[in-house]
Amino acid sequence: MFNKLCERVYDQRRAMSAEVPGSIPGGRMQAPVVKWYDISLPRRHSSVLFTFFVAFIDSLRLMFKCDRVPFYHLRVVKLHGVVSFFIMQLEEAVRDDVAEWRAGGPAWGGLDHLLRNAGPLSTDLNPEAADATQTFLRQHCKILIIGAGGLGCELLKDVALSGFRHINVIDLDTIDVSNLNRQFLFTEADIGKSKAHVAAQYINSRIPGCRVVPHHANIMSFDAQFYQQFNIVIAGLDSVEARRWLNAMLVSLVQFNPDGSVDRSSVIPLIDGGTEGFQGQARIIYPRFTSCFECTLSLFPPQQNYPFCTIANTPRLPEHCIEYAHVILWDKLKPFGDVKLNMDNAEHTKWLYETAKARSEHFGIQGVTLRLTQGVAKNIIPAVASTNAIVAAACANEALKMISAIAANMDNYMMYNGKSGVYTYTYKNEKKPDCPVCGTPQPKTFQVSPKDSLAEFLEQIAIDPDIRSKKPFLRSSTGKTIYASTSPLREATQSNLKKKLGELITSGTELTLADKDLPFIRTLIINYK
Amino acid sequence: MFRLTQQVKETRIRRETGAPLHKAGHIRVQKDISELDTPPSMHVSFPDPDDIMNFNVALSPEEGYYHSGTFHFTVSVPDDYPHKPPKVKCSTLVYHPNIDLDGNVCLNILRQDWKPVLSLSSLLYGLQLLFLEPNPDDPLNKDAANLLKRDSHAFQRNVAASVRGGYVAGTYFPSARRR
Ligand SMILES: [Zn+2]
Repeated sequence: MFNKLCERVYDQRRAMSAEVPGSIPGGRMQAPVVKWYDISLPRRHSSVLFTFFVAFIDSLRLMFKCDRVPFYHLRVVKLHGVVSFFIMQLEEAVRDDVAEWRAGGPAWGGLDHLLRNAGPLSTDLNPEAADATQTFLRQHCKILIIGAGGLGCELLKDVALSGFRHINVIDLDTIDVSNLNRQFLFTEADIGKSKAHVAAQYINSRIPGCRVVPHHANIMSFDAQFYQQFNIVIAGLDSVEARRWLNAMLVSLVQFNPDGSVDRSSVIPLIDGGTEGFQGQARIIYPRFTSCFECTLSLFPPQQNYPFCTIANTPRLPEHCIEYAHVILWDKLKPFGDVKLNMDNAEHTKWLYETAKARSEHFGIQGVTLRLTQGVAKNIIPAVASTNAIVAAACANEALKMISAIAANMDNYMMYNGKSGVYTYTYKNEKKPDCPVCGTPQPKTFQVSPKDSLAEFLEQIAIDPDIRSKKPFLRSSTGKTIYASTSPLREATQSNLKKKLGELITSGTELTLADKDLPFIRTLIINYK
Repeated sequence: MFRLTQQVKETRIRRETGAPLHKAGHIRVQKDISELDTPPSMHVSFPDPDDIMNFNVALSPEEGYYHSGTFHFTVSVPDDYPHKPPKVKCSTLVYHPNIDLDGNVCLNILRQDWKPVLSLSSLLYGLQLLFLEPNPDDPLNKDAANLLKRDSHAFQRNVAASVRGGYVAGTYFPSARRR
């Protein structure tokens, strides 16, 4: 497994550093465009046919598992009402730029071409504004990229090559060998280092004039003041929780005029990309104007995550025991020292299986098997490099349109599915009037049986598509603390988990729900059936 | 840790819960506790789990002048929190430039520098800092402050004596040694 992976990685690195005659010396960012497909691209104009050719090659590549990173600059535009893919001929564009850099002249000829010439990308052309746009991009526009992983690498490359210069990137992760097949800003030598720092350094060294500022941190460790400095935020996150948080943060930054209307200067657009296997989505959120992430939370199926309190205190399923061993005991006991759990390592898997098995026996639960352990702990949806490339390109494209106004932005959600064929569809998500983040939320009523235990009720709010609270802190409107899933109140309220709801609260009671991971407070009303 | 912009948070809390202002304070405290980021050197406890406006904090500094002791505080959050800061009293008699012998604590964020965007977590970090870096320029115990400025070794000896238990500068300090 490891060897095969390394082989692929070396292949890619070789391909990336291959030099194409006539291109910039050492210019490996752009070389593979021609190298791999070995055809000449039409200069800067779209060709739908070519797009399909690329997609076809892509599917062959995946089918025969010779996954090299697709290194073309793929753009998604609305063309005569049909969404189609189209390639910008980057190598040529960048070559012009580099010639200009060398001559000391203005860079980003490719962008300049877009700003001054009508074409499929520039539908709302305004050549007089070209200089102002270039100056804004070069000197003032600050863009924040969240995540430097699969999507993040693509995003960084795309926005940097599109002419954005003041870029900040946040990522909490460090580089792992399994990232290298698609996160092309990293090499073997970078394993263990901060993704944000290595990615920033790579872009800064490859693209003159670009100033990427890395932050090796959690997005939640930055405050409103930090986020306020940006013109655009692009997120390439993989967790629903982090996106909910970020969305609420950007919505909270919106200020209102005295007459109650939105102060437009305080609106920071969020472009949110997401991929999962062969599927992906890109969307634009103009806080308070368009639907926000929370409005459409139900689009995301609840994850196969089990509420913390259940796996820790009242496990009932074999999966609960495996999750406990996986999420809690691995970090607590450190059976192999301070290493990440690697499910390709037979010893790690065996430890996990035996630990989960012991726990299940303790609670009298049947059904923990080695197979199930692997299934639950892996829960991995393979990352597909081309999906990342397409979604990131759509995001970078929207960002470019936002600041240059050369074409209208999509309105407001694009989904992509490469599972069988290549399918995209763009539609408008509507605002939800009772959205807890951007609307006027109503108390949520739960019809439950008084015989349900509190633990069962907590499971219900953990999977409820509107709420999804995994670390709840519940208090009744009469001032009683019902349950807190985090210390210091956990110890005092833990004994309530097994109690029946009827013993704890009366029908019609209002509960106030706070959660560390939720950016808002909800009121729940409990009615007994 | 992140706080929503105060104004937004306030209006949201009121809108979402329809709560009168005095209850908004309780709800804000509930949110703060759910997000409480307790430093490893601290232990927070609630004598009455239903009364979230009153709690105790035990601080056992990991380094600095006070590293051998454990110091107890009581925190009482007013109903108009976060417009007013929490009230903190030190219930351990301690020889400290910023804490007097009645247990009053002089910490800037508990007084003039309090802002509604601060949270209970900020309070915990503020207290921790106070014991890592006592501030002789803003004293409540002037003798201790002057000694710290003049002779930090003598100050260190006095702190050690007070934590061990015994007389320092004419006052008897019961032992505050960490158990
Ligand atoms: Zn919304």
